[in-house]
Amino acid sequence: MAYGVCLKQEARSKKQGGKASCFPLTQRNSSMAESLIEVKDLIKSFDGRLVLDGINLCVERGSVFAIMGGSGCGKTTLLRHLIGVIRPDCGQILVGGQDITTFDENGMDGYRRRFGMLFQMGALLNSLSVHDNIALPLREHTQLDEKIISVIVKMKLELVGLRDFEHLKPAQLSGGMQKRVALARALALDPEIVFYDEPTSGLDPVVTGVISQLIVDLSKRMGITSVVVTHDIGSAFRISDKMVVLFRGRVVAEGAPKQIQESTDPLVQQFIHGSPDGPIPLRQSSRDYLEDLLDTE
Amino acid sequence: MSSAAMRSDSRIVFFLRHLTSISCFFSETMKWALVKPFQGKPLRFRAAVVQMDEVGVKSIPIVALVSFVIGIILVLQTAYQLEKFGAVSYAASLAAVALTREMAPLLTAIVLAGRVSAAFTAELGTMLVTEEIMALEVMAISPIAYLVAPRFIAMIIMLPCLTVLADVIGMIGGYFVGTLAIGIRPALYIHSTIDSLLMKDILSGLIKSVVFAVIIAMVGCYMAFVVRGGAEGVGKSTMISVVTSLISIILADCLFTAIFYLFL
Repeated sequence: MAYGVCLKQEARSKKQGGKASCFPLTQRNSSMAESLIEVKDLIKSFDGRLVLDGINLCVERGSVFAIMGGSGCGKTTLLRHLIGVIRPDCGQILVGGQDITTFDENGMDGYRRRFGMLFQMGALLNSLSVHDNIALPLREHTQLDEKIISVIVKMKLELVGLRDFEHLKPAQLSGGMQKRVALARALALDPEIVFYDEPTSGLDPVVTGVISQLIVDLSKRMGITSVVVTHDIGSAFRISDKMVVLFRGRVVAEGAPKQIQESTDPLVQQFIHGSPDGPIPLRQSSRDYLEDLLDTE
Repeated sequence: MSSAAMRSDSRIVFFLRHLTSISCFFSETMKWALVKPFQGKPLRFRAAVVQMDEVGVKSIPIVALVSFVIGIILVLQTAYQLEKFGAVSYAASLAAVALTREMAPLLTAIVLAGRVSAAFTAELGTMLVTEEIMALEVMAISPIAYLVAPRFIAMIIMLPCLTVLADVIGMIGGYFVGTLAIGIRPALYIHSTIDSLLMKDILSGLIKSVVFAVIIAMVGCYMAFVVRGGAEGVGKSTMISVVTSLISIILADCLFTAIFYLFL
C-alpha cells in the first residue's frame, strides 16, 4: 500500500509542477497539523436572509472533517462555497494558501481538478454508462489512451466493489450502488480533497458502513483530505477527526468527536441526542399559532 | 405609482433580464462551438452527431408527412383561385415558390420547435434538478461546452437539411395532387416548377432555417438552465420553451421575409 501511496504522491507532485515530494506514511502523519482548507469570516445571504453568518473553520491535510447541523442550517451552502459554485458576500476560503473566492474561470477550473465531489444523489450522468461516467473526467482532463482509462476505471470500480457493473446505466443501479459509482467518479483523477454531501443518507446500514469505511480508508491510507457534510451523527462520530456543528449559519461547536460529545452546550447536546425539547425549535413559523388560526383572511 | 404600473414595470425588468441572460448564453455557446475549437479545445463532434440523429434523422418521418400534406394543400388552394382566371397550370410554380421561400422552412421549424425545443428543455432541466449539471461544473467541464454546443451544432446543420427535404417532399405532394386531381400535365408541372424557382428562393429559405435553428437550440437549452424547483419547474420551463420558440420563430420569419423582400 505504501508503494501505491508513493506512486499517487509522485503523480500529484508532477501535476503540481514537481513541488511536492514523495514521502512515506509516517512522515505524512507527522504533518497532519498542516491546514489545507481555511474558511475565514464567510458571510452569505439570499434575498436578505442571512444563511452563513461569519463561518470560520480549518481543515487539516489528510484528515476527515465533518460539517454537521440540522436541515436548513447552511451546511450545503457552505459546501457549495467550498467547491466554488457560490461566491460569498464576504470572507475568504483559503485552499493551500490560495483564496478561491478570487479565482477567475481558469483558476476555478484548475482548483476543481484538484478535488472530487460526491453529491447527495450521486449526480451520475444518466445518459452514460457506469464506465463512461467514471471515464468522463479522465477523458476531459488527461491525454490518456482509452485502454489505460479502462484500466483506471476498473481500478476505481474495484475500490468501491462494483467492478462487474461497468456496462450498466445508472438507472439500473440501486441508490447505494449509484453513490458508490459516484464516489469512484469523484476519485477518478486521484484528487487531493474529496467533498461528500450526505454520503450515507438514504442507505441501508451495511452500505452506510461500507461508505464510511471507504472515507476513512481514503484518508488514512491515501492521504486524501475529506470534508463530509452530514446529519448522520453516528457515522460522523465514527469517521471524522474533527467536526463542526452549524446552527442558523453559525459554528456553534468545533473540535474532535470526543470534545463535541462532551460539550455542555445544550444546543449541541440536543442535536447529538435528537431530543425534541431544547433550544433548537421544531416550529419555524414566526407568527403566533392562535393568531394564525383565527386569521381567516 | 399604481400597482398595475408597478406590475408592468417588473414584467419589463423580468423580460430585459432574460434577454440579457440569453444573449450571454448565446455568446458563450458561440464561443464553445465556433471559437474554442480553434484554440485547441475539443469540438465534441461525436456528441453533435448523436444529437444530429436525435433532432434530425428521427424528425424525418414527421417533417416528410407534414411537408407532403402542405404541398397538397398549397396546390389545391392556389388552383381554386387560379381556376377563375383559367391559369391552373400556374399552381405548380406558386406552390414551389411558396414552399421554398416560406412554408417549408417555417413548418419544419415549427415541427422541430415542438419536438426538439421541448426535449432539450426537459432533458437538460431534469439534469439541472438532479445536480448533473452542477456535477459537470465541479468536474471542471463546462456544461455549455458539453451539453449545449453539440445541440447547437446539430440544430444548425440538421434544420437546413430537413428544410431541403421538406422542399422536395412538398413539391412531390403538390405534383401528385396537381397531376392526378387537378389535371395538370406531369411534364408541364415539372417544367413550371423548375422554371419558377430561383436560387435566391431556395437560399432565403435556407437562411431562415439557420436562424430558426439558432432560436430553437438557444431557447430550448436556455430555458433548461433557468429551471426553478423540481418536476413542476421542468414542466413549466418546457411549456415556456415551446411557446417562446414558436413566437420567436414567427417574429423572426416576419422580419427576414421583409428583409428578403426589400433587399433580395
